[in-house]
Amino acid sequence: MSRRTLPEINAGSMADIAFLLLIFFLVTTTMDVDTGLVRKLPAMPEEEEIIDDSQIKSKNIYVVLVNAKDQLLVEEELMDVSQLREGTKAFLDNWGKNPKLSDNPQKAIVSLQNDRGTSYEMYIKVQNELSAAYRELRDREAQKKFGAYYAELEGENKKEIRKMYPSKISEAEPKKVGGN
Amino acid sequence: MSRFKKKKGGGTPAMSTASLPDIVFMLLFFFMVTTVMRETTLIVENSLPKASEIKKIEDKSLCSYIYVGAPVSGMKTKFGTEPRIQLNDSFKLASDIQEFVAAKREATAEEKKPQLITCIKADVDAKMGLITDIKQELRKAQAFKINYATYESFE
Repeated sequence: MSRRTLPEINAGSMADIAFLLLIFFLVTTTMDVDTGLVRKLPAMPEEEEIIDDSQIKSKNIYVVLVNAKDQLLVEEELMDVSQLREGTKAFLDNWGKNPKLSDNPQKAIVSLQNDRGTSYEMYIKVQNELSAAYRELRDREAQKKFGAYYAELEGENKKEIRKMYPSKISEAEPKKVGGN
Repeated sequence: MSRFKKKKGGGTPAMSTASLPDIVFMLLFFFMVTTVMRETTLIVENSLPKASEIKKIEDKSLCSYIYVGAPVSGMKTKFGTEPRIQLNDSFKLASDIQEFVAAKREATAEEKKPQLITCIKADVDAKMGLITDIKQELRKAQAFKINYATYESFE
């Protein structure tokens, strides 16, 4: 039997071809993960429906206003964003001690209202501080009860903490006040 | 004559590059698997704000993106400098959002429809007036789950 050996294929350029493809994918790839603040919008109110908020005591509402100049008015006092987190925490975690602040975290509502001229950057900052206040309170309670952070909890435990500090951030129906 | 040729010596022997293609292929497959092609070209300026209390979006295919920002420099002469809304590849008005959301909902499988989320990618210089308009339209379209896209900041 005559055995002819097949000539070997030169694979030297294989690396070049692979590099070419590699560089193409390197260039086109986007590795960024989408991150952001997740919110849930309320349903549109029915036209004849009049929202009755007289049931809620005004001390259980934490009014946060942002004007067109990105200034913050919290409970009718001027405030800096850096103080907002502590302020919100004090309001939520009051348990009826201070008669001006909330009765308990279940009843407490944070009411956020912004102007059409408010910058988006400021709005996100405020939203971030408010969620941070809730997160810190939840974390503290979760550490006390289960020895873990709120984000690490699962199922019933998570629900329990959430029930204790339900996140109630309400945004007012838009009004045009300061213009653009 | 070859007899007098100096012996090559001292230098290290040439490294075998036979496994180079394998290594490159490994990298290639990694990038092929992780890659997501850019779907839209941005025609608005888009530098996102920073926040720390953020969540990651697990499934990008469930996301519909609304970009907000001032037109990029090449478009300024035609479209002005005021922040505008970009849907897909063109400038749109807030009133077009309902249709945009409906189209996305139509293209999604039934069991995944409740998980649909709208991602608002707005520029830091955008004003809340425009964002409020978008939010109102989304409420009308009953797309209640939204995500304000931000970069992560560490305190």
